[in-house]
Amino acid sequence: MDFTFTEDQMLFRESVRDFLVHEVTPERIRASWETATGRDPALWGQLAELGLTGMTVPEAHGGLGMTELDFVLLAQECGYVALPEPLVHTVLVAVPMLRDIGGELAAQWLPKIAAGEAKVIVGLQQNLLVEDAHVADLLLLQQGATLLAATPEQVRLQHNESIDPSRKLFAVEVLQGARTVASDICAATLVADALNRGALGCAAQALGLAQRMIDLSVRYTSERQQFGKPIGSFQAVKHHMANVAVRLEYAKAPTHRAAYAVAHGQAVAAHAVSHAKLVACEAANLAAKNSHQVHGAMGYTWEVDLHIFMKKAWALANTWGDAGFHKTRVGEHIFAAGAPLGAGATFA
Amino acid sequence: MDLAFTAKQQVFREQVRDWLAANVPAAPLRSFDTAEGFAQHRQWEATLNKGHWGMVTWPEALGGRGCDLIEWLIFEEEYYKARAPLRVNQNGIFLLGPTLMEYGTKEQKARILPKMATGEEVWAQGWSEPNAGSDMAAIRSSAKLEGDKYIINGQKTWSTRAVWADWCFGMFRTDPHSARHHGLTFILVPLRSPGITVRPIPQLDGLPGFAEIFFDNVEVSIENRLGDEGAGWSVAMATAGFERGLMLRSPARFQETARRLVELYTTNRASADGDPAVKDAVLRAYLDAESYCLTTYQTACRLNKGGKIGAESSTNKIFWSELDQSMHATAMSILGARAELLPHAPAAQGVGTWLNGWLFAQSGPIYAGTNEVQRNIIAERMLGMPR
Repeated sequence: MDFTFTEDQMLFRESVRDFLVHEVTPERIRASWETATGRDPALWGQLAELGLTGMTVPEAHGGLGMTELDFVLLAQECGYVALPEPLVHTVLVAVPMLRDIGGELAAQWLPKIAAGEAKVIVGLQQNLLVEDAHVADLLLLQQGATLLAATPEQVRLQHNESIDPSRKLFAVEVLQGARTVASDICAATLVADALNRGALGCAAQALGLAQRMIDLSVRYTSERQQFGKPIGSFQAVKHHMANVAVRLEYAKAPTHRAAYAVAHGQAVAAHAVSHAKLVACEAANLAAKNSHQVHGAMGYTWEVDLHIFMKKAWALANTWGDAGFHKTRVGEHIFAAGAPLGAGATFA
Repeated sequence: MDLAFTAKQQVFREQVRDWLAANVPAAPLRSFDTAEGFAQHRQWEATLNKGHWGMVTWPEALGGRGCDLIEWLIFEEEYYKARAPLRVNQNGIFLLGPTLMEYGTKEQKARILPKMATGEEVWAQGWSEPNAGSDMAAIRSSAKLEGDKYIINGQKTWSTRAVWADWCFGMFRTDPHSARHHGLTFILVPLRSPGITVRPIPQLDGLPGFAEIFFDNVEVSIENRLGDEGAGWSVAMATAGFERGLMLRSPARFQETARRLVELYTTNRASADGDPAVKDAVLRAYLDAESYCLTTYQTACRLNKGGKIGAESSTNKIFWSELDQSMHATAMSILGARAELLPHAPAAQGVGTWLNGWLFAQSGPIYAGTNEVQRNIIAERMLGMPR
């Protein structure tokens, strides 16, 4: 039993955090809102150079051959800066799906992803829309019981604008020429795994988002003065943030456990992911609510950075399975006859 | 990261399980807040100690097994699964014990810990005073050094287990000119000393689970001072840290409550689903109990590798106390009109021990430092908000 990260994993996190906080500033995110795609090829190139786009790409295909567990702390850091680029999607969803499909498709696309030369995006029916379909070089799309691979020419995209300007969402209509890469049970397994990985990515980013909103709020309430002192010295304000800290603190281990379960293909993975997504997104939503409250009217403005993180937290809670979906899965697990519950059952 | 138990840990678990299966009393003991129940629980501590299960994390020389925190969590899991008796000496073994290990002299450890482990000496705590509750630095009870004795005067209150306990520990003002957390000294006091009056205070269940202690020129040998004179505050903070932190409330207790809650819900589903909030509350109870377990394991592994526990122990106390309260509140709503009935009432089928748990859960957000104080600590020391 060792529920800690290795020194290498911690160091990698430190260096990625330094990079992201320095490069992906709120100013740069705001600038991306003004561009045609909202995506920044230069930044994507930098992420590839750091080895991040190829983290889960097998070494044979030019990647680092690492696991979901190696990436989970980095996904938290992506959340911390509200990274608009589809890095979490690439590492946790697209690459593992390609890796599991294998064969020619994997051989063709994985090296390009690792090199930062291509983006592959996965669209599941569980999600209403497909994120970042407009920058995809290849789309892997669930269509009923089959999984299709489509090039940009083989689809028609309809943009759906989100309240979060960083999120680029599309309805995807498949035209002629897309080819089937998996069907029936095979496709269902790929889709189920992708959904768990996508939900894990949401959970990890939610942890980072919650931490960022706490940090912004602590800074703001330490500076903002009313009644002759910083508002952060008032208990009512303190307790708002302490409540967030409590929920956040207890959402971390479930998320790390979910990453471990996914990386090791454990039977408990789906359930562990649902647990993680529920508690991490709840923590982020509470962070959004309470951070907004302590920011007062400033938090209601476009100008103050809080909404960059708040809106992303709101959105993540309802994608890759909303609370209803994940609670239903947890319910199926615990209300079943003979369910493994109680002391000693957690790691059994 | 490796989330599987080692073969050694599995063997340890089986060893604990087998011993408990052979030794846990078949009939539940009476409450340790009755004279008879207290004696039964003291006897159980002796039985535990005979099997070297009294405090598994202690060194073997002191009656323990030198277990690490993971083994301790395993022990607790098996202990709660076996429905073994509550620990009457928890103030001693979970709070004072670890503090003694850190601050006690060799002589004090040798004199106090073995008798604590056997239950021969049961400990009460003497933190609060009538005017020093959440504001513990307002302590006024005094201790004056005369020769090799302290002369203690004053009053402590809300002293858990003090009615039948043998000793109490607490802070006393040794410097009459000092203020706040300066000039306080941590002293261990035999409760049978002349000059001590213990006045029982009945709790919500009508039983005297705590008491007031009056000190009238009570003489205590200087060898019962823990740490230096005037250093009481930092010694006490270590104890409070253990209390809020890992030791006092291991996850097993709450996971078993969550399991029983799922069971209560599934057996009463037809009526319980009348309130759609109940199912969600049961789910949440399960998730939070699991989160508490996972987080505790993660912290324990970190501590095993030499990490330290800091202000995050305040998040711990808020989390488990509010979880316990909400789990029992949910059980009360499932039980409906039966919820208020004492277990022996004729119409009280299926009420189990929920009412008792519900009453006790009310104390969680208050003892060991109120949750409001914990929130201040989190905001100021963990998040760095201004004072």
